Amino acid sequence: MGIDVRFPIGGMFSIIGAILAVYGFVSNPAMYEKSLGINVNLWWGLVLLLFGAGMLVFAYRAYRRTEPRR
Amino acid sequence: MAASGAKYGIMTSHFYWVGAMPAMVFVGLFMMPFYYGSRARSVPEYLKLRFDEKTRALNAITFAIMTIFSSGISMYALAKLFELVLGWSFHGSIVLSALIVLTYIFLGGLTSAIYNEVLQFFLIVLGFLPLVLLGLKDVGGWSGLTAKLATVATNAGFEPGAWSHSWKYMDSPSHNPMGMEWFGLVMGLGFALSFGYWCTDFLVVQRAMAAGSMTAARRTPLYAAIPKMLMPALVILPGMLAIGLHASRGGFLPIGTDGQPNYNLAIPMMLGHYLPSGLLGLGLTALMASFMSGMAGNVTAFNSVWTYDIYQTHIRPGQTDAHYLRVGHAATVFGILASVLAAYSATRFNNILDMLQLVFSFVNGPLFATFLLGMFWRRTTSHGAFYGLLTGTITAALHYGLTLPRGSVPGIKGGFLGAVLHVYPSEMALNFWTALFAWTGCFVATLLISLFTKRTKTDDELRGLVHSLTPRIQEGHMPWYKRPVTLAIGILVASTILNLIFW
Repeated sequence: MGIDVRFPIGGMFSIIGAILAVYGFVSNPAMYEKSLGINVNLWWGLVLLLFGAGMLVFAYRAYRRTEPRR
Repeated sequence: MAASGAKYGIMTSHFYWVGAMPAMVFVGLFMMPFYYGSRARSVPEYLKLRFDEKTRALNAITFAIMTIFSSGISMYALAKLFELVLGWSFHGSIVLSALIVLTYIFLGGLTSAIYNEVLQFFLIVLGFLPLVLLGLKDVGGWSGLTAKLATVATNAGFEPGAWSHSWKYMDSPSHNPMGMEWFGLVMGLGFALSFGYWCTDFLVVQRAMAAGSMTAARRTPLYAAIPKMLMPALVILPGMLAIGLHASRGGFLPIGTDGQPNYNLAIPMMLGHYLPSGLLGLGLTALMASFMSGMAGNVTAFNSVWTYDIYQTHIRPGQTDAHYLRVGHAATVFGILASVLAAYSATRFNNILDMLQLVFSFVNGPLFATFLLGMFWRRTTSHGAFYGLLTGTITAALHYGLTLPRGSVPGIKGGFLGAVLHVYPSEMALNFWTALFAWTGCFVATLLISLFTKRTKTDDELRGLVHSLTPRIQEGHMPWYKRPVTLAIGILVASTILNLIFW
């Protein structure tokens, strides 16, 4: 099997999370009325960013561990 | 699934907790040794090794039809989504979704399909979770939701808890929205349909065959069962929230031509209602990912069954690999075109899961009886298996043709044989009983015919294919917590607890 599946997952969710969080930071608060007044873009973006970064860290650590044996 | 959550309430979770989880445990513990050990590449190929070519051909044909319907149903859902979001016509949306899936299949192979599936899983979880959390917060948590669902239930003429209890109202078909009593549900869904689906499902079996060792192959369905435990929270709860809001705020779901709410739109409507632009994109992507993986998986399965089990075996054997590759590509295109037709027939159902299970009841119900007898009874003969399978499918057709779900006209929903002998309270009840009748028909016919025909395979030929002729797997050297059995028991305990919590 090629690359560790955690790399694409981590990368994708880090990017999506960062975009969402930035968008949530700069967007007009009035549009969050439908989501019960919570800035979901900002908060969920941060959750996704954390998740993605965590995946990347674990994938990188596993990669470092197996590397010398190759 | 969300559509069923709206239409039938929390009873939909039985598809996971009574259906999928025990069935996957069974596959991992008992069936995987034969699949993995026999080196068969597909379910029809196992049938050829165990029985003969004609059983394989029959199964390959019914299986091909099933994959077309399954992918057509996903295509319908995807097209509906495009229609809703982009405002395109339904016809244009169908063409678009067909093109997307075609590109997607031509570009990737099995490895990329597995990678994609993992990505899609996380996308679905992380895309739907905020929706569920917001929806629950809005209705006032679980207790607020139960209160709203009580209105739904009393409006429909049931006890107040009929939408929020999974077992309590199953004493009689007239007490719950699915119109089932516990016997029909456990035997029809839990036994015939789910075991039939998970034990013989191409996608499940093929994933496991790609595993590196017997233990890894047996663990695959067991690990896959763990997320199944929590899926109801993501895919059924939004539907229940949607119907609760529909009842209390009015007109949340659009009304279809038959006067019923269109349950299929539960998730899209929820997404549009709660998510602001930004997160809405993620939610829609998650939804599209789930439909596309369903479609692509089925078209790929159709392609390989047609190429290996029908074309290579019966039509043009002994050609070059390049020839079969071209045939495979042509089969992909054909499969997508046929899916388009199936997608149009799905417009007749207000809940696509009803239609999907109808197709499964024809194919998987009888097939599971064949497998059970074939794997555990060495006396089962090839003629018994073939005619038994045929009898099972015909039984399903007869049952479907002579019964109707309540409030439907004879035609695509059943009753087309003229006389209507029984009217079921819901489409799903009809499906469960069709599966159970088909299973019984196949089981009895296979048993009787096997007793009256000569055996076609000797014990030697059946080694590794039948339970009593396969050496036991030694797992004593593994620590207890690594053995598949431990994992299996853990999963069954967890599913029992879930059933009790939402009793």
